Amino acid sequence: MIRIENVSFKHRATPILTDISLDIPKGGVVALIGPNGAGKSTLLSLVARLQPLQTGSISVDGLPVDTTPGRDLAKVLAILRQDTTIASRLRVRELVGFGRFPHGRGRLTDDDNAIVDGAIAQFDLADLSDRFIETLSGGQRQRALVAMAFAQGTDYLLLDEPLNNLDMYYARALMRSLRSVADVNGKTVVIVLHDINQASAHADRIVAMKGGRIVADGTPAEILTSDVLDAVFGFRMRVETIDGTPFALHQF
Amino acid sequence: MAERRLFGLGVAALVVAAAFLAIGLKGNIAFVLELRLLKLAALVQVGVAIAVSTVIFQTVTGNRILTPSIMGLDALYLFGQMLLVFLLGGVGYVTLDPQMKFGLEVLLLMGLACALLLPMLRSRLDMGLMLLGGVVLGVLFRSLQSLLARLIDPNEFAVVQSASFANFNAVRTDLLVFAAIVTVAALIIAWRARHVLDVISLGPDAATGLGVGWAGTVTGLLLLVSALVAVSTALVGPVAFFGLLVAALAERIVDSRRHAVLLPAAALIGVVVLVGGQTLFQHALGSATALGVVIEFVGGLVFLLLLVLGSRK
Repeated sequence: MIRIENVSFKHRATPILTDISLDIPKGGVVALIGPNGAGKSTLLSLVARLQPLQTGSISVDGLPVDTTPGRDLAKVLAILRQDTTIASRLRVRELVGFGRFPHGRGRLTDDDNAIVDGAIAQFDLADLSDRFIETLSGGQRQRALVAMAFAQGTDYLLLDEPLNNLDMYYARALMRSLRSVADVNGKTVVIVLHDINQASAHADRIVAMKGGRIVADGTPAEILTSDVLDAVFGFRMRVETIDGTPFALHQF
Repeated sequence: MAERRLFGLGVAALVVAAAFLAIGLKGNIAFVLELRLLKLAALVQVGVAIAVSTVIFQTVTGNRILTPSIMGLDALYLFGQMLLVFLLGGVGYVTLDPQMKFGLEVLLLMGLACALLLPMLRSRLDMGLMLLGGVVLGVLFRSLQSLLARLIDPNEFAVVQSASFANFNAVRTDLLVFAAIVTVAALIIAWRARHVLDVISLGPDAATGLGVGWAGTVTGLLLLVSALVAVSTALVGPVAFFGLLVAALAERIVDSRRHAVLLPAAALIGVVVLVGGQTLFQHALGSATALGVVIEFVGGLVFLLLLVLGSRK
């Protein structure tokens, strides 16, 4: 379980997060939605100890993120940031292989190689596995990065806007992959999404943030209503339910 | 494939070393050989130290046209030398036990390098800022050094001046053993950190996510780099572009940024270029003092080439 208690975060004098408390039980897909600047990415990077905690506490499976050694945490929690650029000259396979680093400190055993192969297959990268990262398109690179986070084999997977640069086919494929790792492998996926319909279709729970606070928290059916979405995004949109799943028509 | 090329580089390094020892061997063979062996050991050490420190520095900064000396690290070392002469006087400086002095200098350089570079590396600044910062720091140390040079006695200035230019002819063999200890220790640490270096090259966020503490690791690596820079600068003097040349060549030749092959490749190329160049200049061209100039010239060209190619990408 990820337990976030009374977390506030300031960038210089500007408050980014104000008194956030949130429990995310183990298993399932949780989507974080909200307008730009709501603090979603900051919250995710605080959970993944990429930024130092200022006030409050965060623990993952009982391990406080600010005091647990990074090596131990890396076996429990994997993160993919939204603007990851790889400066190094690497092949896709080598990049995905880095996901195994917390386990073997760089030496890949047969088991590790099998996991890497599994991640490559899961995210449809087999044809690309010998290509250099810099020769890939934005979407292909994004998939390689998700595969690397997946190969880390952690119970918790934090993904910051992983659908960036993905076309419809791969956006759907990625969401379905995440759904299946949650259902089959019992993993916990916390994902920042801008496409609320993807959230509605694939997430168990949606947490909506605005201005550094959590403004709504519930199942897709509870969140995807005209009133709640108006409160979060600041305009009214039509919500239609198709086969039991609510969809927001926000293009009009 | 990378491994085979590495093997080829190893053979080349051995051939060059043998040529350095054997060509034109006459007279009192034991005496000449001993002299040449000492010099070879120093050159190998310098080549390896500069190559490895440059590769590590480039990985930490996430930037392939930076070298420790572009960031002003060896200017810092020379400023330290001048400061010592200024404080102790020429006689005091010369009578310092060279090994103790060297040890102190290594520690001093490590401390100063960390104090100066860590704030810049805390968050990876973009390349322009890093370069600018480094150039400004380098100029600062050189200016401070020339300020001190104006304040001291001309006789004492001569003492410092001999330490201020790269000279592959007159390597400091008296420091050899002590420097070798530092170099070998640093190389062992670098080799053991080869996988961590691969992870570091992914950047701070990815490295943290994979369980490599960014601040601590980068501090350690910077200490390592400054120790290696201190070794090479103490033995032959400052060389600005040699490391860049070697690191760029190594990456082209093994076509990989994996440190398990990149580090040895760079080290071997460092040896080949330095020892080979020295052999060539000693026996074929007669004027050995020019090696430093030629290496800097070629290295400078590579620097410009990387800048031009990099900006077009």
